[in-house]
Amino acid sequence: MYAFTYQRPSTLADAVAAAQAEDAKLLGGGQTLLPTLKQRLAQPSALVDLSGVAEMKGINAVDGGLEVGAFTRHSEVAHSDLVKATIPALASLAEGIGDRQVRNMGTLGGSIANADPSADYPSAVVALKATVTTDRRTIAGDDFFTGMFETALEPGEIVKSVRFSTPDKAAYAKFRNPASRYAIVGVFVAKYGAEVRVAVTGAAGSVFRVPAFEAALEANFAAEALNGLSVSADDLNADLHASADYRAHLVTVMAKRAVEAAG
Amino acid sequence: MANPNGVGASVRRLEDPRFLTGRGNYTDDFKRPNMTHLVHVRSPYPHALVKGIDASAALAAPGVVAVLTGADMEADKVGSLPCGWQIHSKDGSPMKEPGHFPLARGRVRYVGDAVAVVIAETKDQARDAAELVVVDYEELPAVTASTRAVTAEAPQVHDEAPGNLCYDWHLGDKAAVDAAFAQAAHVATIDLVNNRLVPNAMEPRAALGEYDPSNGEYTLTTTSQNPHVIRLLMGAFVLGIPEHKLRVVAPDVGGGFGSKIFHYGEEAVVTWAAKKIGRPVKWTADRSESFLTDAHGRDHVSHAEMAMDQDGHFLALRVSTLANLGAYLSTFAPSIPTYLYATLLAGQYKTPAIYAEVKAVFTNTAPVDAYRGAGRPEACYLIERLVDIAAGVAGLDRAEIRRRNFVPASAMPYQTPVALQYDSGDFAKNLDIALPLVDYDGFAARKAASKAKGKLRGIGFSTYIEACGIAPSNVAGALGARAGLYECAEVRFHPTGSVTVFTGSHSHGQGHETTFAQLVAERFGVPIENVEIVHGDTSKIPFGMGTYGSRSLAVGGSALVKAMDKVERKAKKIAAHMLEAAETDIEVKDGRFTVAGTDKSLGIGDIALQAYVPHNFPLDELEPGLDEQAFYDPKNFTYPNGCHVCEVEIDPETGVTQVVAFSAVDDFGNVINPLIVEGQVHGGIVQGIGQALLENCVYDDESGQLLTGSFMDYCMPRADDVPSFTVRYHEDQPCTHNPLGVKGCGEAGTIGASAATMNAVVDALSAFGVTHLDMPATPEKVWRAIQNATPALAAE
Repeated sequence: MYAFTYQRPSTLADAVAAAQAEDAKLLGGGQTLLPTLKQRLAQPSALVDLSGVAEMKGINAVDGGLEVGAFTRHSEVAHSDLVKATIPALASLAEGIGDRQVRNMGTLGGSIANADPSADYPSAVVALKATVTTDRRTIAGDDFFTGMFETALEPGEIVKSVRFSTPDKAAYAKFRNPASRYAIVGVFVAKYGAEVRVAVTGAAGSVFRVPAFEAALEANFAAEALNGLSVSADDLNADLHASADYRAHLVTVMAKRAVEAAG
Repeated sequence: MANPNGVGASVRRLEDPRFLTGRGNYTDDFKRPNMTHLVHVRSPYPHALVKGIDASAALAAPGVVAVLTGADMEADKVGSLPCGWQIHSKDGSPMKEPGHFPLARGRVRYVGDAVAVVIAETKDQARDAAELVVVDYEELPAVTASTRAVTAEAPQVHDEAPGNLCYDWHLGDKAAVDAAFAQAAHVATIDLVNNRLVPNAMEPRAALGEYDPSNGEYTLTTTSQNPHVIRLLMGAFVLGIPEHKLRVVAPDVGGGFGSKIFHYGEEAVVTWAAKKIGRPVKWTADRSESFLTDAHGRDHVSHAEMAMDQDGHFLALRVSTLANLGAYLSTFAPSIPTYLYATLLAGQYKTPAIYAEVKAVFTNTAPVDAYRGAGRPEACYLIERLVDIAAGVAGLDRAEIRRRNFVPASAMPYQTPVALQYDSGDFAKNLDIALPLVDYDGFAARKAASKAKGKLRGIGFSTYIEACGIAPSNVAGALGARAGLYECAEVRFHPTGSVTVFTGSHSHGQGHETTFAQLVAERFGVPIENVEIVHGDTSKIPFGMGTYGSRSLAVGGSALVKAMDKVERKAKKIAAHMLEAAETDIEVKDGRFTVAGTDKSLGIGDIALQAYVPHNFPLDELEPGLDEQAFYDPKNFTYPNGCHVCEVEIDPETGVTQVVAFSAVDDFGNVINPLIVEGQVHGGIVQGIGQALLENCVYDDESGQLLTGSFMDYCMPRADDVPSFTVRYHEDQPCTHNPLGVKGCGEAGTIGASAATMNAVVDALSAFGVTHLDMPATPEKVWRAIQNATPALAAE
């Protein structure tokens, strides 16, 4: 990696100030950034390590849901009794991210701020009607992801926490890349009374909802309600591991499996 | 009394505490005073002319000691990396053997081809400066696929190899095969690809070069499976250093799988540069470099046909293979798709006539050479897939068609139509053990249970045979080997009875330090902890051909036995002298030397002490010391064989294949350490399943870029990708021509497993009319095969 300066602030305010430096990069769990640095694909002037910011940590019950600090590691979410009791689908999603080493380092805030099209968490943020709290504002989960590796965050803006709404039923079904174990297709289904949300990650440049699936499931929350429904392959990703039409097929299969798992 | 750590005991590996506690000593762990670090500037293009190299900015960068190029090596008369095996084409002409220089001279031929090196005080400084080396490339058209390389319009990788052809070779009796096909009642055919693989040893390659101007001695510490061979190749052919001035050390090496057999340019570069700059020079590959530059494996495209009579008896086999050798000839590359491949095409079957043609081609890809199994997995996969298709054509059960065609045990030794003579093996017995082991009769019920869950279930066999311990030297030489293929061992008893064994084999995961020590413990009754196995250092070991081709125990172990025979003979003389008896009256058992019919005896420890404290030796008849050396040249290959059975479950909605059961019944001859053997089989099976379902090295034929250049895209099997294995072996068919009766177990798992796995996958898909899928059977490939099925079949 190239040389950079390193800071580890202990407050969010200090972190925001440090992030103002030109070409500064925020360091969460480092599971994307560190390999990128090691391969010399990024050359930040400064790394601002967020691991010392106490106000970005912790999982708390709040009215109607859970508030998860941005610097909460995937393994903490996966093993949290509170998450498992409140939104088990979220714990299950976290338990399926990468491998044990990745889960012990990677963070919720790092994942959603990076907005990798194959990341798991974006589907939860959208399906679980989340709101993202930053150092300066709150952003609706529906508005947070704006494209491939793009979010509504302003330069230097830091995610502080994410508030997830507790659904009546929910599940996440993932078809993982056998090599990287990122999502080739991941579908998060959540039911809130009469409302159903279906959020798909991995398949396209950014997480997206499937209105046709949602309508069908609102009429009948059962896997067979999705029979004959599919998404268009036109704008889906294609790579060595999965073509666009295979991904389109998997969206329906994974959506059905999520509905079945949600019960 | 049998030694508890002797032959047949599952002794836990003596080397493991060192490895498990991080105390292994690998090449990159070596640090020398005043050491420098070297980083390569590598071609980003698959094929280009190098019009110029401007190193001025790099030379001015902090910490930079030198920037060296191919021109500097040429000026110092550094030679081409030699190829260790020469193949002749059908027409008698020798293979094309273009220059293969450690640093490119005017032209690069694959992405990763080395153009220059930067040497600096630290590795980071060298990396920084390497980015400042400006190389003026003129891109040329490139070709990476062997099938396109042979077309008329393909770019030419080497001017001296028209049509990119290295050789066009054949083996067998074409006329006999043609005649048999004319008589055939059934013919089974297959077209298949044996997918290219990246070896991915856990330890990346590394090399440390040193030069001592006071005595003119060089030392190369390197990640090698055979340091003596590197010394010979690099010293004699590349750098012109005589053996007595060149020491090559291969310390702890973290896996090789074949990829560390070969002499690589980086080894020559650090050794040469160490003298040039007057300081030690170390290079360690990063993982990306390993992907680009370690010699890859496999990469065959084949067509094969089996002629049968009315009852499914094999009459003749015809095979045509296109082998991709990459951009340059790696050390043993030419032998892999020829003498380690086509010679195994008989498999376990008494097919009377076989004819194989192999065209080997150059492409703009990393060199391809031996990778665990080396030619034999390619042969096994082809035959075993073809036999499954033949079963369908002949309307026979897949176990039955194998049994019907096996070479019977009573026919041993059996001369195949493709040059080899199998010494031993009872193939039907392997199958007899395997079928109840896997509950073959219960498969239909298991398939029905899977179907009830919406899953497709398949079972697949692979009745494999391979040839290990390439031998003997005179035969190998006649087939084109430019080296002998013997092994050397020295057994040194110390005065107090402890033993040091020096072996020319090399352990990089195989467990020699345990298995070889067991042989000594067994033979002389010494405690195993009093035996030290030394390997991997040309300054300590008389000579060695190293470890590859599952040869260590069969060849290296046999050399050790020969050396122990000599020690025993000498010890007998000493015992006779000490016990005042005739040598012919001395009986030896478990390290005790007894005068026949008396209670007068000596242990080997007493004899060793006397050997070094020879106060009353008759010195004109008996030399002091107890230290003997032997070279062993095998009489034949060894032929491990067995029966692998794989059972898979496929999710038709996603195409995901899960291996739900895998059993291996193997004949490795006698087994010295069952625990180590089982571990070798486990690892081998995982690699075989990896090739079948997960691993695939992909170059983009348009851009020439390696698309699977990291673990993000190259799928190495993980523990949770495989089930627990059921592993059995029998020792009823020991090798008939080496003193230990051993056959070798290092590659068998890999050789058998890919075919068994793919046969299971195709069986699961047979209801959809699928008769073949190329590896790896990725979820999308399997799903597509189901989508493309005949609608009538799919509806069933």
